[in-house]
Amino acid sequence: MSSIDKQLIQRQMGKRTFQNKLLKALFFMCIVFSILVLGVLIIRVITQGFTHLDWDFLTSFASRFPEEAGFKAAIVGSLWLMVIVAPVSIFLGVGTAIYLEEYAKDNRFTRFIQMNISNLAGVPSVVFGLLGLTFFVRLMEMGRSIMAGGLTLSLLILPIIVVAAQEAIRSVPNDQYEASFAMGASKWQTVRRIVLPSAIPGILTGSILALSRAIGETAPLLMIGALTFIAYLPENVWDGFTVMPIQIFNWTGRPQEEFHLVAASGILVLLFLLIIMNSIAIYIRNKFSKRY
Amino acid sequence: MAQAQQTAVKHDAIYSVNQFNLWYGQDHALKDVTFDIPQNQVTAIIGPSGCGKSTFIKSLNRMVEMVPVVKMAGSINYKNKNIFDPKYQVEELRTNVGMVFQKPNPFPKSIYENVVYGPKIHGIKDKQTLDSIVEKSLKSAALWDEVKDRLHENAFGLSGGQQQRLCIARSLAIEPDVILMDEPTSALDPISTLKIEELVQSLKEEYSIVIVTHNMQQAARISDKTAFFLNGEVIEYDDTNQLFSNPSDQRTEDYITGRFG
Repeated sequence: MSSIDKQLIQRQMGKRTFQNKLLKALFFMCIVFSILVLGVLIIRVITQGFTHLDWDFLTSFASRFPEEAGFKAAIVGSLWLMVIVAPVSIFLGVGTAIYLEEYAKDNRFTRFIQMNISNLAGVPSVVFGLLGLTFFVRLMEMGRSIMAGGLTLSLLILPIIVVAAQEAIRSVPNDQYEASFAMGASKWQTVRRIVLPSAIPGILTGSILALSRAIGETAPLLMIGALTFIAYLPENVWDGFTVMPIQIFNWTGRPQEEFHLVAASGILVLLFLLIIMNSIAIYIRNKFSKRY
Repeated sequence: MAQAQQTAVKHDAIYSVNQFNLWYGQDHALKDVTFDIPQNQVTAIIGPSGCGKSTFIKSLNRMVEMVPVVKMAGSINYKNKNIFDPKYQVEELRTNVGMVFQKPNPFPKSIYENVVYGPKIHGIKDKQTLDSIVEKSLKSAALWDEVKDRLHENAFGLSGGQQQRLCIARSLAIEPDVILMDEPTSALDPISTLKIEELVQSLKEEYSIVIVTHNMQQAARISDKTAFFLNGEVIEYDDTNQLFSNPSDQRTEDYITGRFG
């Protein structure tokens, strides 16, 4: 007496394979929809943006007249911001990750910190803007400077970098630690010579993706009072500044139709920069990642 | 046991283990382990899976502390100093006591960089010194002839047996006194195993070797002393010949004749 009814299985076979095909089609529709939306967005931006995109656009300051408006101050402002954000956030983020993964004891305090880092990654960016305004701009009297904006954005992307770096560190196999410790290496020597070389591709990839998020942020910088219209280049980190997304936001808010096209050109420049940064991240990940 | 203690005095003891107990959380993994490990001899540790033999060998260089919930009592003296003394520098201990693991674990670096890892972390920078350390270590590990023309290629390109000999060379590079081997041949094919066994024989001239193995023939072939572990206890410790030909405990006899384990 068999406990498996072969006929029943035969009868249900058709239903099961049909279900599979149906869901496959459904999942395919999901990706088609996403790609379609992205495609429409890119085509629209490109067709509108190319009308103003020329060398003058990249080298002129903003203007009241759409045909003279340029992106120079915003591009330079964004780059200045990165000068602060990249070192501050990577240093703090990787340091935090190394401490949490390698040195911290597994106790309640560590778990509390760990949980809050994950929570921090989900805090809306405008809240970080408020923090930057009260702490950096007012309390520390940095004013509406590149320094204040850079530190605010560093805090914003810090949790992303910490989590990425932690994952990269965790992916180093245990036997590598054992081999190093068994040779009498100290913890730091092991981290520097074994863990970091293996983890750096992951850390850099995560950092670059985090930086590209920072470069597209608008809200926190509006909160701390980044300028929307400047006709000079910042000379040091204590100067006022504007960045690409703020300039774009400003242009789209203008009543003149022409300015919307200028904004599209700005978006193109921003997108181009983001694609470059993401490509570098992918390149680093493929080129330097080690296999065990 | 009293007789075993007597025969163990022939060579000076490099390790002296006294009433050593170890717990993983609630699990009592080693119970009152007491015996001496002689200098310039091969000491084999045998026993069925889960008997605590790996835990024991990892206690000898305190690698066992990588497990967070571990608790210990009793003492292990290395050259008459208790290694669990809070003042004892674990880095110093591991400089004198090298370890080879079950699975070959070279670093994802060149063969050369693998061997000089230990000397470099101990501050040796001189290129010529490092070069000679590499040649000497790889020759001692019987690997030099196979790799001398490709020292700067990645160690992962080597076969499993070669990788394991590279790991032995790597641990020899800091000139330890003791080499701990935790089932070094269990992941290797018979020919590579034979090479490592021959290597162990030649290394005991200069080093004291402790080897964990679940292969009893291997223990009988290469060791001078054998300790039989069962459920965290040392059932019997004696000269290898004595233990295999004329075991004094019934459980030892049952194990080495293959009745369990």
